[in-house]
Amino acid sequence: MGAVTLQNIRKTYEKGTVLAVDDVSFTVEPGELFGLIGPDGAGKTSIFRILTTLLLADSGTATVDGHDVRKDYRAIRSTVGYMPGKFSLYQDLTVEENLSFFATLFETTIAANYDLIKEIYEQIEPFKTRRAGQLSGGMKQKLALCCALIHKPTVLFLDEPTTGVDAVSRKEFWDMLGRLKQQGITILVSTPYMDEATRCERIALMQSGKILSIDTPANIIKAYPGKLYAVKADAMHPLLHHLRAYPAARSSYAFGEFVHVAFWDDQADDDEALRQYLAGKKHTGIVIKPITPSIEDRFIDLMTAAPANAHATATR
Amino acid sequence: MRILFFLLRKEFRQIFRDKSILAVIFILPSIQLVIMPQAANYDVKNINLAVVDNDHSSYSRRLIAKVGSSGYFRIVAASPSFKQGLRLVEANTADLVLEIPAGFERNLVREGSQQLSLAVDAINGTRAGLGGAYLTRIIGDFNQAVRLEWQSPAPAAAIDVTSSNWYNPLGEYRFFMVPAILVLLLTMVGGFLTALNIVREKEIGTIEQINVSPIRKWQFILGKLIPFWVLGMVVFTIGLTIARVLYGIIPVGSIPVLYLFAGVYLVALLGFGLLISTYSETQVQAMFVAFFFIMIFILMSGLFTSLDSMPPWARYIAYCSPVTHFIEVVRMIILKGSSLRDVSHQLGYEAIFAVVLNTWAMLNYRKTT
Repeated sequence: MGAVTLQNIRKTYEKGTVLAVDDVSFTVEPGELFGLIGPDGAGKTSIFRILTTLLLADSGTATVDGHDVRKDYRAIRSTVGYMPGKFSLYQDLTVEENLSFFATLFETTIAANYDLIKEIYEQIEPFKTRRAGQLSGGMKQKLALCCALIHKPTVLFLDEPTTGVDAVSRKEFWDMLGRLKQQGITILVSTPYMDEATRCERIALMQSGKILSIDTPANIIKAYPGKLYAVKADAMHPLLHHLRAYPAARSSYAFGEFVHVAFWDDQADDDEALRQYLAGKKHTGIVIKPITPSIEDRFIDLMTAAPANAHATATR
Repeated sequence: MRILFFLLRKEFRQIFRDKSILAVIFILPSIQLVIMPQAANYDVKNINLAVVDNDHSSYSRRLIAKVGSSGYFRIVAASPSFKQGLRLVEANTADLVLEIPAGFERNLVREGSQQLSLAVDAINGTRAGLGGAYLTRIIGDFNQAVRLEWQSPAPAAAIDVTSSNWYNPLGEYRFFMVPAILVLLLTMVGGFLTALNIVREKEIGTIEQINVSPIRKWQFILGKLIPFWVLGMVVFTIGLTIARVLYGIIPVGSIPVLYLFAGVYLVALLGFGLLISTYSETQVQAMFVAFFFIMIFILMSGLFTSLDSMPPWARYIAYCSPVTHFIEVVRMIILKGSSLRDVSHQLGYEAIFAVVLNTWAMLNYRKTT
């Protein structure tokens, strides 16, 4: 049995008119670092709130550590650690006061589980008499993580822990998660950043309350159908326009300074034909190179393939 | 119990760290007690009077002099006509117009009777009513004096009523007002602060962290109730001290009974604040809802107006507010020296409010949505 299981969980808001989580089922194995990846509004936070017993699902069952979220909510509350997306510690208490307060809520002390948070806490210890509200963004995240860990939870829920945190702190944060995992804590983390997905052991790609795919990051990339090219030319806007009209291309979307062009699965790898097509449209400075798809490419691919409500919004 | 202790420690830390709230809790009551009873006063003085004397006789002059020397009236104008006198009322410079008709003295002497006309600006009902009454009284006195001058001894049989004010011998307004303001203070601290406190945790999101922890509902709610109960009692003590030092109001009744009542009342009011906070999502919402109810509570409580002069339906509404009973009891204990037995009825009411409001709040507070 998994550390966290969801069976056909469904959740609606506004008297059933807004569907937040649509028939979601998955299992997280004990000791696993599992990522929920998806844009804002995909339903990640709703799932977290259901699993941490803050929200009741409309239908379906879910367990955490073998406890049912509906019946054994009390057992779950004393074993899980939850770090909400929004910083929610007492801003007017100091770092140390926050930590010891949360320790006492779980009837433990800082000293009892110090080894678990030692590495993280040491970084914020110089500021332990400072009020939490006056910490920098990265420091706040570290403190929040310490508070979520202080009672040695078996399962740790981190809802968008790296949103609004700088690149260096983000990297540090993921390194910390990797080390926590080695201590045997099951970690469920959500993030809107696709580049962070590869730091997870397994990920679930989510969109509009549905799970598009669950697998290891490597397998998800491997499952990418057809070839992917990055194309660049001097006039980018008409280029995108022309590529979308190109029959061999499945989809084309702007991606950084390039346009990513996905070919149909059964198409021969013919970048020469594409070059000639673009030259025929009077493009100059054409660069075409085959690339390995990223998680984001796979996500866009799944999203455009998904019927109806999927919008191709994930361009950047 | 240990968890409750830590919750309380956290609450007190937060309260004492928020300097502005702390200032409001301690300074505002003092200022209110110092200023309010002195400024707000029901004694009507300095009523502006315009006199229209169409007679210009010695009797009319005597009457005007008597009115002017009474101390209640300020003669602002001697208008040549009633019309002009009324214009002064319209311009807000006069509250009353007294018209003495031509031939006042002649008719009074010859026919033994004469009518006077009195026009009162009734926008401020109390002022108009009292002003009119004072003036009528003075004219009555004048009448008596005139009559005595003419028909020597042989006085007519008359019933003379002498009254004496009990519990507040000089009928001083502050004795009536200060105890009620004490109640007002307790109501503010108890009602608003608790309502805002829990909602603030909702707004910041800290309540989520509390909700995923194993702490129980009653622990959390007690952790919120106790600090504000203590603060309320401290404020009450400050208020009593100010009343004693500044106004010389020393409770005639027993102080323990007063505190017992204040304690129960605070629990009821804290329950009310908690209840609002469980229904509100934002501090603004909580503030407005609490303000709405406390406003009604206070206006209907008999703080400013007498409960007995309300229509029956309004009196029923007034009795449904904990503030009403407390104001009544505070006045009873402080001024009359009522004992526990005298106020046991009201104490029962407050206890019911306390139990109902707190139970409701506790049931409505959910850790899961």
